[in-house]
Amino acid sequence: MIEFKMPSLGADMEDGTLIEWRKKPGDFVKRGDIIAEIETQKGLIEIEIFEEGKVDQLLLQVGDKVKVGTTIAVINDGAESLPQQKPAIEIPETIKPDETKPMDMESAHESLSHRIKISPLARRMAEDSGIQMGDLTGTGEGGAITREDVELAISAQTSKTEKSKSPVDQSLGIRLAVAAAMSKSNREIPHYYLESRIDMRNALAWLSEMNVKRSPKDRLLPVVLYIKAAALAVKQCPELNAEWKDGLILKKEINIGFVVSLKAGGIIVPAIHNADQKSLDQLMADLNDLIPRARNLKLRSSELSDSTFTLTSIGESGADTLYGIIYPPQTGLIGIGRISEQPWAENGMLDVRSCVSVTLAADHRASDGLSGSRFLSAFNQFLQKPETI
Amino acid sequence: MAKITYREALKQGLREALHADPKVFLMGEDVGRYGGAFAVSKGLFQEFGPDRIMDVPLSESGFTGAGIGAALGGMKPIVEIMTVNFSLLAMDQIVNNAATLLHMSGGQIHVPIVIRISCGVGKQLGAQHSHSWEPLFAHIPGLNVISAGTHEDARGMLLTALKSPDPVILFEYTGLLNVEGEVPETAVEVDITKAKIRKEGKDLSLITYGSGVIKALEAAADLAVLGMDIEVLDLRSLRPLDEKAIFTSVQKTHRAIILEDAWRSVSISSEISARIMENVFYDLDAPVERLCGLEVPIPYPKHLEDACVPQKEQIVSQIRKMLSK
Repeated sequence: MIEFKMPSLGADMEDGTLIEWRKKPGDFVKRGDIIAEIETQKGLIEIEIFEEGKVDQLLLQVGDKVKVGTTIAVINDGAESLPQQKPAIEIPETIKPDETKPMDMESAHESLSHRIKISPLARRMAEDSGIQMGDLTGTGEGGAITREDVELAISAQTSKTEKSKSPVDQSLGIRLAVAAAMSKSNREIPHYYLESRIDMRNALAWLSEMNVKRSPKDRLLPVVLYIKAAALAVKQCPELNAEWKDGLILKKEINIGFVVSLKAGGIIVPAIHNADQKSLDQLMADLNDLIPRARNLKLRSSELSDSTFTLTSIGESGADTLYGIIYPPQTGLIGIGRISEQPWAENGMLDVRSCVSVTLAADHRASDGLSGSRFLSAFNQFLQKPETI
Repeated sequence: MAKITYREALKQGLREALHADPKVFLMGEDVGRYGGAFAVSKGLFQEFGPDRIMDVPLSESGFTGAGIGAALGGMKPIVEIMTVNFSLLAMDQIVNNAATLLHMSGGQIHVPIVIRISCGVGKQLGAQHSHSWEPLFAHIPGLNVISAGTHEDARGMLLTALKSPDPVILFEYTGLLNVEGEVPETAVEVDITKAKIRKEGKDLSLITYGSGVIKALEAAADLAVLGMDIEVLDLRSLRPLDEKAIFTSVQKTHRAIILEDAWRSVSISSEISARIMENVFYDLDAPVERLCGLEVPIPYPKHLEDACVPQKEQIVSQIRKMLSK
């Protein structure tokens, strides 16, 4: 008798679900015959058999899900008999995968807390100051938690409880908040990046034409075009204007978070509400109001928490290209470098044009390169026809 | 401060010792008329005469035993064993006589002998002549084992060693002989029972001895440029170990790496690593690391010889890894 087991079809396969038996008890099978169809994470797979004999018992019902290595059939090859097998059902089909996932996260966290990679000194310090070791992120060799990590957690804890008002503490608080958000993002969000170079000739010409008639304080800056174009483009790719929390949660409003860097270091991201519905003048007015308030840390809570997609622009004297880190729990961020003159080939001719490099950082759980690409091309099209936005 | 070679520092130490005490004399192969295999005692024969600078037959066991006898008879012999590679021939005299007599006589008989041994790798002398055997000697109770990794110690250790009532093995380094360094104008005794911090630092303790000291200081200078503040601790005494200095440094920096040219297994570094773990485990912020000689017979070709012992670049990269920088 031969026990035929659920095969492993790759290192990442944990289990399989029986969709159909292609053989029944009593049938003869030989090497290469398809015995069953199994559903795996990689799709529907036809399972071959490598032995010869008569099918003795089939141990699974259609729909049963079992782990790799579980005996699913017994083949009689003429050798001595095995005792009667019981079906080995381990995973009831009734539990939906998305119900089990949050639990898996919890239990993984639980078991980790028993074996945390932490240096003896860091452990002692964490215990002395009542820091939960499971909450710490290790930056030492091989991800070990070190003294530095515990010290950071202790200072974060103190700054939280003391709410100190001095500028040094405030900027430390911002730094720690940025550190926490960016570490979380880098740890949890599988980023992908797309980049496009955009010809800014039309946009800049249109802006200077508009600005001729305006007083200096009402002049429009390229950044309002970026904000409006991003808000309209994101409308066409809703998975970028979303949140990932055990699944995709699309946002109804389009609130563009605009990255403002602070003089003492750190950044803050106030939201421009419903940016897709605002005129360029209105957006410019919003910016003129928001930026000084952001720099003075005088923002309203809705402005701090409502952004759904982030735009970061490096400004005139910055780098050519900017690759951002998504602001969690968002799923996308557009990064805009400085405008500079560059060679531009078009219709077989070479020209010098003002160009800007635009990147999209997106959460690959929420969207794929194709929709990210669609976003960048929509963004470009809006910038080519500034008069329409 | 005067700038002299390591060889000159050794010679000055010898001359000072010979002047300081008429009971002191030097004996060894070719130390007299020839001036020493490495020219360390050149000129001393002419200065002090054949009674105090004594050429001996090529028999390590014989002349080391004779030196021990002289020590028992009230003299203060300095026995030079040309290199550590030949010391195994004298090992029975050292281990079974010099190291045990105090114990076997119930504390009545001291053996005040200093055995100078040239040691180390780096001169393309092949497998039989490139040994780093400090750990072999440091293993033996009854011996004091010291190691001169700096010019200061090359000059000053001998004077202090001669004050010891019990046998002292003094390791000198062939590879350093032509290296120049600064020493004080006048002779200073150095404390041979204490380790010495050669460079203060707060990020990591780099613990070493002998041929490792200069390499460690060079690596620490490179790392300082990269913003890492490394403490270099020169052990100097390999038996007994200055535990207090080691633990104090580790309690300050919370990270330690031990550097030596000797083979890795059952070595000075393995002993120190164990003691750190036994005593200051809860002060450690990272596992103790070691950089040691590869466990092979040392090859003759220069590039392979260099590859067998830790080099500066390796020290720098290992420490950067430990500090995640």
